[in-house]
Amino acid sequence: MNDAQNRPAADKPAPKLRTSAMIASIAAPGQATRPAPFGHALAKLAATRPEIVGMTADLGKYTDLHVFAEAFPDRFYQMGMAEQVLMAAAGGIAREGFIPFATTYAVFAARRAYDFICLSIVEENLPVKIVCALPGLTTGYGPSHQATEDLAIFRGMPNLTIVDPCDAVDIEQAVPAIADHPGPVYMRLLRGQVPVVLDRHDYRFELGKAKLLRDGGDVLMISSGLMTMRSLEAADRLAADGIGVAVLHSPTIKPLDTATILSEAGRGGRLVVVAENHSIVGGLGEAVAGTLLRAGVTPAFRQIALPDAFLDAGALPTLHDRYGISTDAVVRQVKGWLDR
Amino acid sequence: MDGTDDSATPARAGNRLHAELARRARNIRRHAVRMGEVQGQGYVAQALGFADVLAALYFQALRYRPEDPAWEDRDRCLLSMGHYAIALYAALIEAGILPENEIETYGSDDSRLPMSGMASYTPGMEVSGGSLGQGLPVAIGICLGLKRKASRSFVYNLLSDGELDEGSTWEAAQSASHWKLDNLIAVVDVNNQQADGPSSQVMSFEPLEERWRSFGWEVRRVDGNDIAAVSDALAAMRELNDPKPRVVICDTRMGRGVSFLEAREKTHFIRVDPHEWALALDELSEEA
Repeated sequence: MNDAQNRPAADKPAPKLRTSAMIASIAAPGQATRPAPFGHALAKLAATRPEIVGMTADLGKYTDLHVFAEAFPDRFYQMGMAEQVLMAAAGGIAREGFIPFATTYAVFAARRAYDFICLSIVEENLPVKIVCALPGLTTGYGPSHQATEDLAIFRGMPNLTIVDPCDAVDIEQAVPAIADHPGPVYMRLLRGQVPVVLDRHDYRFELGKAKLLRDGGDVLMISSGLMTMRSLEAADRLAADGIGVAVLHSPTIKPLDTATILSEAGRGGRLVVVAENHSIVGGLGEAVAGTLLRAGVTPAFRQIALPDAFLDAGALPTLHDRYGISTDAVVRQVKGWLDR
Repeated sequence: MDGTDDSATPARAGNRLHAELARRARNIRRHAVRMGEVQGQGYVAQALGFADVLAALYFQALRYRPEDPAWEDRDRCLLSMGHYAIALYAALIEAGILPENEIETYGSDDSRLPMSGMASYTPGMEVSGGSLGQGLPVAIGICLGLKRKASRSFVYNLLSDGELDEGSTWEAAQSASHWKLDNLIAVVDVNNQQADGPSSQVMSFEPLEERWRSFGWEVRRVDGNDIAAVSDALAAMRELNDPKPRVVICDTRMGRGVSFLEAREKTHFIRVDPHEWALALDELSEEA
């Protein structure tokens, strides 16, 4: 159903959505945003933490690391378009007592530099913070840039902590938290004009903790990354239709907050839906499913995730709708599962 | 000076150093052969071939404290080719960083001396090599870190000719000259043997000096079994006053010092008959 050749042709003229720049904003029109939250949070933290350095593989601007580079030019390393050296050198400088934040796109870290991350950083538990833009489906540039399987790839790596923040608030709070973590971390990055969502909730990022953002009696959404934003929007709309939706935000993918997930999913009577900006294979959904099954907690269970396929190029709103991760698509799917 | 004490001349001092290095190299070979005997097989021929270079490194070039392998001011010696672990363990034993009685644990369960070198297992093993092509990229980061700390320590990265097939080695070579890493000395063991056969046939790698030079490195190429030549080249690289990385390319002979191993054609991973280990040790005895 996601095969490009089987898509119905557009039957009415409409404003043509363009692919836009490499990194299309995920902010809805009129939504509150903050610019470059990662870069600003890192520069703020680095003012009091001289051991923090920044490194990138020719993607400083596109990972918001330029903010740090401008604030601390002598602590910024431009490693060239060479992700293998980026990661191994980050491991090398970490051995000498520094905390490197190494940035690139998620596809290049996960696919190209995996072995270097594994042996030169993670096996020795070195405190390198790998922060990567374009996670999941956040660019219309097609499979070369869409890291739809980065979580599946990295979840298999022992020692590695994995974080998938939702918005600017999450990113700003996650930066000092991952810097304080003694081991390696992979964080998915939203960059540019990043939506501000979690300030409306009683929320504080804690590494390794899932947080209940709202409660509801019919559906428990468990989500990470931008899908928490979509789940919250969907929950508002479903509430208008009398459907109570709880949203449990789990920004730490590994180690998963199994206690909170089991406690919420074990309350009974609710459909459990895991929503993630990632392939249906190997991400948060399967992590939650395994957690539930191993504990003998077996609610009705569904996944909202990207298909196990190489995805189309195009405009992000089109693609998010096509692949089921737009707010509209979330609402449609949940209603369908509830038969409403 | 009346000229009666000619032992004080540089030439005589050099000869004494080289004789001492030769003695150390022979001991390194003996330790490696004894470890090989524990397993009955292994990367023994590489250790024999590379022993002279290791002797020059550990008994002339490197600054370290045997009782404190993590001493902050030590030179960092990275074994990128993890399968040479047997060679490095032999050098670490000879240097007093590892106790000699661990030889009998080599490659055994719960040993600190696994078959492929790993930093988390072994004092003096700086990195987990073995996934070839990672050592030089790691060295870039260590060199940058040392410079941030205004450290005067050097980083020696040991790599093999087979490892030159890996693109990441050349990414790092380019990076090292970009960052003007004058605290980096790469040491390439060219023994022309890799897993599937002679390295030059598996993937031709010459002209090596031109290649490294074109990447912005200062280059010396020596007979890696001529201990005086190796020692002089390593010293010259350390003393060079030029803001660029340095490489010493060492042509070595697999199995060097044990005639029946030196004569073998395929030596990447050798099996040795039980009675031959004693013959090898005999050849490496002080009287031989």
